[in-house]
Amino acid sequence: MEKRRFLCPVGTEPYIVKTGEWRAERPLTDPKKCVRCATCWLYCPTQSIRDYKSHLGADLQYCKGCGICAEECPRHAITMILEEEE
Amino acid sequence: MEEIRVVDGNKAAALGAMLSKPIMVAAYPITPQTPLVEYLSQLVADGLLDADLVEVESEHSALSVLQGASLAGGRVFTGTSGQGLAFMFEPYMRTAPLRLPIVMVIVTRDGISPQCVWGGQQDAITVRDGGWIQIYVESNQEILDAVIMAYRIAEDSEVLLPVNICYDGFYLSHMSEAVKIPEQALVNQFLPPYRPTHIKLDPENPMAVDPLTSGLLFAEYRQGHMEAQEKAKGVIDRVDEEFGRIFGRFYGGLIESYRMEDAEIALVAMGSPCGTGKVAIDRVRERGIKAGLVKVRSLRPFPKERLLDSLKRVQSIGVIDKNVCFGWGTGVLYVELSAALKGLRIPILDFIGGLGGSDITFDHFELAIEKILEASTKEPSQEVYWFGLG
Repeated sequence: MEKRRFLCPVGTEPYIVKTGEWRAERPLTDPKKCVRCATCWLYCPTQSIRDYKSHLGADLQYCKGCGICAEECPRHAITMILEEEE
Repeated sequence: MEEIRVVDGNKAAALGAMLSKPIMVAAYPITPQTPLVEYLSQLVADGLLDADLVEVESEHSALSVLQGASLAGGRVFTGTSGQGLAFMFEPYMRTAPLRLPIVMVIVTRDGISPQCVWGGQQDAITVRDGGWIQIYVESNQEILDAVIMAYRIAEDSEVLLPVNICYDGFYLSHMSEAVKIPEQALVNQFLPPYRPTHIKLDPENPMAVDPLTSGLLFAEYRQGHMEAQEKAKGVIDRVDEEFGRIFGRFYGGLIESYRMEDAEIALVAMGSPCGTGKVAIDRVRERGIKAGLVKVRSLRPFPKERLLDSLKRVQSIGVIDKNVCFGWGTGVLYVELSAALKGLRIPILDFIGGLGGSDITFDHFELAIEKILEASTKEPSQEVYWFGLG
């Protein structure tokens, strides 16, 4: 973590928590199955779905890996894989 | 000309606050602190204290209001006791990590249960790990002087921590004695205005206060806070020296050593019992017993280096505890002193007394001196004594 220069808990600029570091599983979208219906975007509780043109997928800096997108995808295009797996 | 007035402990605290010129006072009355709130209100009403007096609905609000005023750059003052301190716990725990140099007197009271309004140091002792500086005083003069010194310590750039001045409920709060009132011009010279930069609510330079903080960053703040407590040791001693040079009264800073130069046995105590203790030391010295007394003024930071220096040559020690340390079977000062003197192999006995407003008398001190004299020559049979109970 970067060195802060304050004596006590204050902040003078926005400090963004990389919630992606909390993840145990990550969503993997199969571009062949994705029809860009944006159901995942609608359900994502952390607004982490981005448009990657070929498909919609999670921004892994912020995605906490909750798996809601995989559960809701009507085309079953998203699978959750353990972080330690490739 | 310095004025001498006969005032009780609460009035001494109010006058100390008045001379320190806080811009805001917020307090809720609670025995035995109640007259302090009345005195402060009177001082504001009489135009002697130019401060906003906020009549809050609880102690939780009292300290929260003052946190806001301190964040806005103001010097502030409050005081509480027992249940009031308990109700204040949440803002109390937030004040020190925010490094707000608030000065609050704790008019120490026993309890909370069994229900009790009388003296005892359990309330202040219980919050000793809230990160504040805690100074325990012996007389009404020391209350007044310590409140003024507290702002210098709290606002020192090496410290920036809130300070509790703890004085015994009823024994000091409601007891009257002659107190010298320092001249305002000299206090102004000793205590310049507070000008914060480290934490401040300023619309021109916005700052988020106390955002969610985790992990190593959290630990970093704790580490800095601990360093400030360490640095406060030197500051408390220096401020006492400077105060003494200007006003002619020295309190010893972190500790006061009384007749310790050639002492073979020593008593260690905090707060008002030290007065009785010093007279007891004088009396037994007339009988040829080389006894001394160490008054611990600062419980936080704990002055382990100076205690070690003052006590390293004695053969046995008796601690007077006006509190208990649950789970240890002793008082808190005993536990802390034992940790400070570890490795010295000096027998230390603990004497618990003054709970629930009971007296600690000459007889009690003489009993303690008798027991520690015994302990200086042979293995003590008992480690903890309760005055009046055995």
